[in-house]
Amino acid sequence: MASTDISLHNNVPIAHDEHDHEHDHHDQPFIFKYIFSQDHKVIAKQFLISGIIWAFIGGALSSLFRLQLGWPNETMPFLEPILGKWIEGGKLNQEFYLALVTMHGTIMVFFVLTAGLSGTFSNFLIPLQIGARDMASGFLNMLSYWFFFLSSVIMFTSLFLETGPASAGWTIYPPLSALPQAIPGSGTGMTMWLVAMVFFIVSSLLGSINYISTIINLRTAGMSMTKLPLTIWAFFLTAVLGVLSFPVLFSAALLLVFDRSFGTSFYLSDIYVAGQALSNTGGSPILFQHLFWFLGHPEVYIVILPGFGIVSEVIATNARKPIFGYRAMIGSMLGISILSFVVWAHHMFVSGMNPFLGSVFMFLTLIIAVPSAVKVFNWLATLWRGNIIFTPAMLFSIGFVSLFISGGLTGIILGNSALDIQLHNTYFVVAHFHLVMGSSAFFGMFAGVYHWFPKMFGRMMDEKLGYIHFWLTFLGVYLVFLPMHYVGIAGFPRRYYSWTAFETFSQFADLNMFISAAAIIAWFAQFIFLFNFVYSIFRGRRADANPWRSNTLEWTTPIHPGHGNWPGAIPAVYRWPYDYSKPGAEEDYIPQNIPHSETKSSNLSSEKELE
Amino acid sequence: MLFLVIGGAAFIWSFQNAEERIHIPVGSVHGVWIDDMFWLTMVVIGIVFVITQILLFYYSYRYQYKEEKRAYFFPHNNKLEIIWTMIPAVVMALLVFKGWKTWTKITDPAPKEAMVVEIVGKQFNWIARYPGTDNALGNVRTNLIDATNELGIDFSDQRSVDDILPSEIHIPKGRPILFKIRSRDVIHSFYLPHFRAQMHAVPGMPTKFWFVPTKTTADMATETGNPDFKYELVCNQICGANHFAMRAVVIVDEPEEFQKWMSTQKAFVADKPELLKNLKNPQGIVLDTKKEGTNKAAL
Ligand code: HEM
Ligand SMILES: [Cu+2]
Ligand SMILES: [Cu+2]
Repeated sequence: MASTDISLHNNVPIAHDEHDHEHDHHDQPFIFKYIFSQDHKVIAKQFLISGIIWAFIGGALSSLFRLQLGWPNETMPFLEPILGKWIEGGKLNQEFYLALVTMHGTIMVFFVLTAGLSGTFSNFLIPLQIGARDMASGFLNMLSYWFFFLSSVIMFTSLFLETGPASAGWTIYPPLSALPQAIPGSGTGMTMWLVAMVFFIVSSLLGSINYISTIINLRTAGMSMTKLPLTIWAFFLTAVLGVLSFPVLFSAALLLVFDRSFGTSFYLSDIYVAGQALSNTGGSPILFQHLFWFLGHPEVYIVILPGFGIVSEVIATNARKPIFGYRAMIGSMLGISILSFVVWAHHMFVSGMNPFLGSVFMFLTLIIAVPSAVKVFNWLATLWRGNIIFTPAMLFSIGFVSLFISGGLTGIILGNSALDIQLHNTYFVVAHFHLVMGSSAFFGMFAGVYHWFPKMFGRMMDEKLGYIHFWLTFLGVYLVFLPMHYVGIAGFPRRYYSWTAFETFSQFADLNMFISAAAIIAWFAQFIFLFNFVYSIFRGRRADANPWRSNTLEWTTPIHPGHGNWPGAIPAVYRWPYDYSKPGAEEDYIPQNIPHSETKSSNLSSEKELE
Repeated sequence: MLFLVIGGAAFIWSFQNAEERIHIPVGSVHGVWIDDMFWLTMVVIGIVFVITQILLFYYSYRYQYKEEKRAYFFPHNNKLEIIWTMIPAVVMALLVFKGWKTWTKITDPAPKEAMVVEIVGKQFNWIARYPGTDNALGNVRTNLIDATNELGIDFSDQRSVDDILPSEIHIPKGRPILFKIRSRDVIHSFYLPHFRAQMHAVPGMPTKFWFVPTKTTADMATETGNPDFKYELVCNQICGANHFAMRAVVIVDEPEEFQKWMSTQKAFVADKPELLKNLKNPQGIVLDTKKEGTNKAAL
């Protein structure tokens, strides 16, 4: 990293030198530069590295429960050294199985795909792409990371509790999550889950408010909302969704805390458990589900929208072609964001809620398929007659589109309340959301890392390893999740420790074994990425200033941008970010900061007056 | 491209290989509607799936980078956008309409003549209760639950005196059956995959699901060639350690067989007179001993 000076403010030119960080002169103590940093780029890296660590933990948990599902009759004494008392007589403890499922879901959805994804790329790209020195508030931004860190520590610690971590599923439906008598994980484990999530929500809100105000207020000269790269639009809408929906999760969690600890009955009524009738009456477990999914559904878009943005940007850059239908892309993201607030009850078709509501929510849910389809068609049209360069980021982006199609289409089946009667809570649902959310969002994240790695670390990641990583992951994902649809159609229930007692499901032993094997191999393939990532930070080939010949502003900064991003004045913006392969232009790209007066040969007739 | 061809082939092969098994036989009237709707939707999304995936991989293959080439500058086209907004919108409208029809038919109130069976989920099994001769279930109260009276039936309610709690769940073929679903502790889900029936069991909020079974257990045994065929009741909402083992069997009989079975069932209180004696509020309870043992579910 080049020299930085935190006291410098907007508009003050920042001195810059081309030294490497090894022999950099530190104006600031290490601890403020890399740990309690207020530089959005450092905070982004902190989120990224935390996210990667969490992803490996989350993946390890899933490998454990896939072992159980693939080979339900085997004993697994070799796990004893890792899991200790959770292995009894070589068998995985049943409650611990549920804890694994719960923690896997929680970690992946919130800690990896929300914090790790938005935290990394919103932080990193917003100031760089809109032309700002830093976030609106560097201090709140720093707090946002440290609240996330605190939340992570609490959640991680809960894995080692005597009574086990939370085990009621990542959706923590009460009464199960409210009653330690019903499952031990609902004791201290659940308390820590709730506390961790409260800090998580604080972190997320601090981040989102910062992103929104930065995008609204700190755009450089000429950067109107309709010249923003789609990444920024995506991060903007993600942040808006977060600000509107996370507080609802907060209130849901708060009421659950009251029920658990202070004897209220928001969610509890007429319960007899562990030989005792509880005095709670009048509460409704359905209320919790409404509150939870009011966040929960927007949350899935919080996870996927950054992917939309990243993929649009990477595809346009590497197809050397403007993104097709820029305004339609913004429009469809807006449509999806708005609709995502009025479809939540599609998770509750068979929860006992009034069937009339089921009809309404089926209608609203299936409308979402329209803007989603528009996005896919626009991506396809962008590839059409492009001049496509297959960087690893591009491969992951194409993979993203493929997975998003596959998983989105099964949403059309689940969104139909009549069909959901049969498929609710089966592996069909698991397959659906792992393709469309789990895998796609991961692919978006990988695309982002491969693409912006040179900007983050000034070095390139290894392409060959990137290709291997892509193909193993892409194949792995389909091999794992495609067969899950099959067992799901047959009614195979999720969150089952073992299926051998059921005749209906025992016939799928072979498929289950196959899925498990593929899942574990795919998890191991991620170590290739990890190696590539770590190795390239220190040993990677040095990057050029603009290795992908891209139009957006971040590539106009020095290779190692300091705190403040541009050493001199912030470049002004004259055009949209997608002038790729413009007829008449010398190069096949024209960065946003090039005025029209310099590109007379390629200006369209409508742009003549801008010269 | 290679991926598309090999992947496509593998997909088709695996689908055919699995199709036989994933298509589990259906045993209810509305189950057929759901299956039809499902495979119709599958065809629609299958077509979209094939077209879009082929285009995706074909374009990627066809338009690979060449130094001397330029991509075609084609930033937008409103006509295209409108076309490909309208097409999915129309298709969705049709699917919504058909889905909505099916859904309302399934969730409309049960017909009057439906036979009532109560089914209660608890950690970790299911308890069934039949209403007895009066075709009415007696009241229940959570604080009356104990080891004998697992449902907390309030026997001061006259309607509960003839209620039956059999050890097996039998239902007759060809008649609407209304399941009244409750839970005693946490949320469970009452799921009968062969009948395409599912509804959560929620503590404090009774739910229901009704359907008409069309095949007896014996019919199914013939159809599947599996002499031991059983309709399995599955718990499909995480409920604790033994969630995965919360299984029960539903037996569908011919109506006459069902009558025979029903007539052998005794009222729950018949051999537990102490339940009536311990009543907190025993006024007006007369145990009609004549009817015991000859209980018939009202037809
Ligand atoms: C075409 C658009 C989509 C439709 C119509 C749709 C519909 C549905 C429905 C109805 C369910 C509930 C199934 C059930 O529990 O019975 C569901 C589950 C889910 N969907 Fe989607 N979906 C769509 C797209 C997406 C996207 C884009 C994401 C994420 C990025 C997503 C993530 C999820 C998740 C995480 C669940 C499962 C939550 C759980 O129960 O644990 N879906 N989807
Ligand atoms: Cu949803
Ligand atoms: Cu259960």
